Parts: sequence; structure tokens; C-alpha cells
Amino acid sequence: MGSYLRKHAGYLVFAVVVMTIPAYLSDAYYLSILAFMATKFMMAMGLSLLLGQAGQISLGQAGFVGIGAYGAAILTTKVGLDPWLAMLIAALLSATIAGLIGMPTLRLKGYYLAMATLGVNEIIYILIVQLKDLTNGTDGITGIPSLAIGGLDLGGPKAYHLVAWGVALLMLRFALNLSRSRVGRSLRALHRSEPAAQSLGVDTSYRKVQVFMLAAVFASIAGSFDAYYMNFVSPDSYTITFSIILITGVIIGGLGTVWGALWGTLAIVILPELLKRVNEDITNLVFGVLLIAIMVLWQGRSRGLWQTIRARRPGGSGGGAAPPGAEE
Amino acid sequence: MTSDQFLQYIFSGITTGSVYALTAMGFTLVFNATQIINFSQGQLVMLGGMTAVALHGLGLPLWACFIGAVVVVMVVCVIFERIAIRPLLQKGVLAQIIATVGASFVFETAAMLIWGRNAVGLPAFSGEKPIPVGGAALAPQTLWVVGATAVIVVGLFFFYRRSLFGKAVRACAVDPTSARLQGISYSRVVVFSFALTGAISAAAGVLITPISFMSYHSGSLLGLKGFAAATLGGLGNPVGAVVGGFVLGIVEALGVGVISAGYKDAIAFVILLLVLFIRPAGILGARVVNRQ
Repeated sequence: MGSYLRKHAGYLVFAVVVMTIPAYLSDAYYLSILAFMATKFMMAMGLSLLLGQAGQISLGQAGFVGIGAYGAAILTTKVGLDPWLAMLIAALLSATIAGLIGMPTLRLKGYYLAMATLGVNEIIYILIVQLKDLTNGTDGITGIPSLAIGGLDLGGPKAYHLVAWGVALLMLRFALNLSRSRVGRSLRALHRSEPAAQSLGVDTSYRKVQVFMLAAVFASIAGSFDAYYMNFVSPDSYTITFSIILITGVIIGGLGTVWGALWGTLAIVILPELLKRVNEDITNLVFGVLLIAIMVLWQGRSRGLWQTIRARRPGGSGGGAAPPGAEE
Repeated sequence: MTSDQFLQYIFSGITTGSVYALTAMGFTLVFNATQIINFSQGQLVMLGGMTAVALHGLGLPLWACFIGAVVVVMVVCVIFERIAIRPLLQKGVLAQIIATVGASFVFETAAMLIWGRNAVGLPAFSGEKPIPVGGAALAPQTLWVVGATAVIVVGLFFFYRRSLFGKAVRACAVDPTSARLQGISYSRVVVFSFALTGAISAAAGVLITPISFMSYHSGSLLGLKGFAAATLGGLGNPVGAVVGGFVLGIVEALGVGVISAGYKDAIAFVILLLVLFIRPAGILGARVVNRQ
């Protein structure tokens, strides 16, 4: 028991802090920011596993978020399914689509998956706008029910906070365990050198498709949660621009561990709020410059913004030589 | 679909196909010199179009706008290469993708901050009066687009086949290390390839702006389609880029006729995915696709 606590201290402290927030925070504005942070964190975690562990990049995560959101919206309002079941079906659909895209492209160089996912994101966006009978086009879908367990309504801000962050914490536990497991080690191995990993018996294509599907499922579930929280979906949230903002978050947070996704989520939630005071339109400019700067200054492969800056400072010790994902 | 309509769709397909061909050519030039896929390629086309519109707004004649846009985007590309590409040449595919995606964000947002969100257009180079051809109407701008594309492609062909520097660039595409041992300056080849890509992209942007309006956001779609065209033709193959561009343009135009204009933009990506499924080397891809 004692060793378990020591081993997972970071996770446990984080879980307790997050889950007790509703006890002392009642401000609706901050609770709504935290609600959106929970789902962005889910999306970023999936992407962090894909990018940081397997070294593959998807520029279309917003498309899977869109499937999750619209799947939930359509299946609950038009088919009348239970919200949880709708979420599950949307996630399965996302996983299937990710598998279909991943199987041919993940055998090829990294930019093929990047372009294919950009294309899929674009197709999903076009379908959402064009399939008006199903999606109401640009008007969006209203009247999506809130989540409930039994007869217990989870639509209120505090109840929703507990459910959304509860699921996010489960995903975090899962992602952390995964990255320390045999699967995580084989993903990092294929990231370093694919031929070497293959020669040690790792089925690299299979592993890459697997983690890509997992990232799609995380994104899809996050999308469903957003739909149930806002009771409304519209196409604007599922563009390629949002996919790239998610990438920016994961890169700023650092790719070494899944925890990077948390810092990245904070960055993409807080930075726009700060930049709004100067000029709302410069947010993406700043994100673009950060992406270039981090890549240009990047020396290892596991560093986020903070460690990159530390490492560049004379005498700075940034990062150290610990293998990425080794620490929690 | 009547034969007149069919002809009309073919004309429109050849026009947009020219722009896809030039965009695909931009991908190919950079890819052959550096093995980098430039995810901001489409934004370079957009910058060309937007710069020309801005210069036209200052009262410059169209030919001066054209030259001005080409020069501006070339300069942007040279600076871009120096700041973001040169440090990344040895850093692996992932860093290159992320940095060029970042550049696409920078170009797009900069264009929005400078020129606003509205879509803008240019007057056609030689009037709007359509030329009747066998029951269909041919816009004079189409001739400009196709003619200029032909001139650029033929010019590139002779440059790469005949001139010494062109051969040096091709040598670097085959094997940068051996090319260096022959005394070829690899960094000069890379800068040159970027400048040339900038010029071609800007030309494509200026040519298409009178036909389809340009806005800060037009670049991402153009880039995706240019990449689809380059992949369709065989990534890294300049002839393939041109063929892929025209095939994609025509299929897309016919798709609008058969299916619906709303799905026009999805056609290119369906083709891209099909190519990646069935034949990742593309139509003319004699080269082995780089498997990891």
C-alpha cells in the first residue's frame, strides 16, 4: 500500500485536487472553463500518446471530436438513444474510421498520415455542413439532453464537473499505465527506430494503428461530453484550425509523458484568455510562432516549451537524460 | 449531362487543375530538395493572390501586381527557409511537419491581420467577355491560367534538364551527400528551391484570384488539394505533379456536375485516401515510396 501511494503520488494528489474543486468553487464562469478543460484534456491525452509515444501525427483530431459530438447529438435527439449508449456508438464509429485511415497510411512516412487526417477532418466538416437532414447544416442541433445516471441528472455544473473530470482521470490513469506497459515501451521503441523495433518482434504497423484508434476514441468521447454539456452542437468547432490548436497544446506541454497533455491543455485554455486583452486575432499567430520556435530549438525529443527554454539558457539543466515516459 | 455541359465542366476542370498542378509543383520542388512536405504550401498560393489584390488596390497595373506578388512571396520563402527550414533539415519528419504546420498558421493569421477576413478578387487579365467554343463558354482568364501554367512547366523542364544549376538541384534530390562531394552547395540549392516554390505558388495565386475569390483562409484547402494532386501523380515526380493536378481538377469539376457542388471539396480527399489505399506511389510513381 505504501509503495503504491509513493508510486502514484502525483496522480493521486492531482485527482484529489481536481475532484474537490466543486466543494469550494461555485463561480459559473470558472466552472465552465474547467468543464471545457476536462474535454480538451481528454483530446490532448490521446494526441499525446500518438505523438509523444508513437511519434505519429494526426492533424484531424477535431474531426473525431466532431463525430463524437454529432454522433451523440443525432443519436439522442433523432433516434432517442440513451446518452451513454450514443457516446459509445460514436466512439466505435470514430475508432472504425481511424482504423480504416490508419491501416494504409501508417505503413508510409509520417506526412501521409498527417495529410490523410487533414483530409478526413475536412470531409467530416463538409459532411456535417452538407447532410442537412441529419445535422441541420450550419444551424446546428439544439435540445441535446444532459447526462444522467439512473434518474440522477448530471446537467448541473458541479455534477458535470465530477463526471467529466472523473472520466478524464480514468483516461489519464489508463494512458499512464499504457505508456509504462509493454505497449508503451514498444511504441517508444518504434518511435526511435522502426527497423530496430521490428527486429525485436514489435508489430509496428499494428501498434501504430492501435494507438491512433485510441486517440480517436479519446477525442470522440470528449466531443460527446461537450455536446451533452452545452446541449447544442454546431459545425464551427470541428475545423482543421482546432486540430492544429490541439497539436500546439500537446507540443507546448511536452511529449515526454502523458502529463504534458495537462500543461498543454492549460496553455491552450489560458493563452487565448490572456491574448484576448491585446487582440483576439493574434492567438493563432502566437501559436504558429510557438510551434516553429519549439521545433527549431528542440534538441531532445521529449521537451515542452518550459524545458526547451531552460535547456537553452547557459548553465540550465533542462530535462536531463531520463528516457521519455519513464517517470510519471 | 449534355455534351455542351460536359465541355463546360472540362474547361473549368482544366482551369482549377492548372492551379492544383502549380501547387503540386511547389510541393515537389521543396520535397525533392529537402525531403520535407511543406504544410504551408497552400498558404503561399494564398499570399500570392492576396498580395496582388493589395497591390492592385494601390493602383498598380495588373502585370506589376503579378511581378510584385511573385517577388514578395519569394522573399517570404527565403526568410522562411532561413528561420524555420534550415535548422530542421536533420530533425526528422515529425519536427518538419509541426514546424511547417506552424508556418501555415503564421501566414494565415498574418494575412488576416493585414488584409481582413473578406474574400477579395482581381479583374480578369484581359476582360470578362467569354469566348464561345462548341456550345460552351470559355473565359479569357482560363487561357491565361492554362497558358501561364504551360510556360512555367516548360521553363522548369528546360531549367532542370539543361542548365548546370538545374542539374545540381537534381543531383541533390538524388543524394545530397554525393552532390556535396561534387562541390555543389546544398544550402544554396535548398534556398533556391524555396525561392522558386514561392514564385510558382505566387503565380498560381495571382492567376486564380480573378476566377475564384481569395481570402486568408483559402490556403489550407488549396494546399490539401495540391498535395492530393502530387500524391496522385507520384510524390516527388514533377511530371506526375502536373498530370495529377489536371486529373484532379477535371475529376473534381465532373464530380460537381454529377454529384453536387456542396461536396466538391470532399472529392479531392476521397481521391487522396483512395490513392494511399490502392497505390501510394501514384500514377507515375516509378520511384519506390519511402516506407519507414
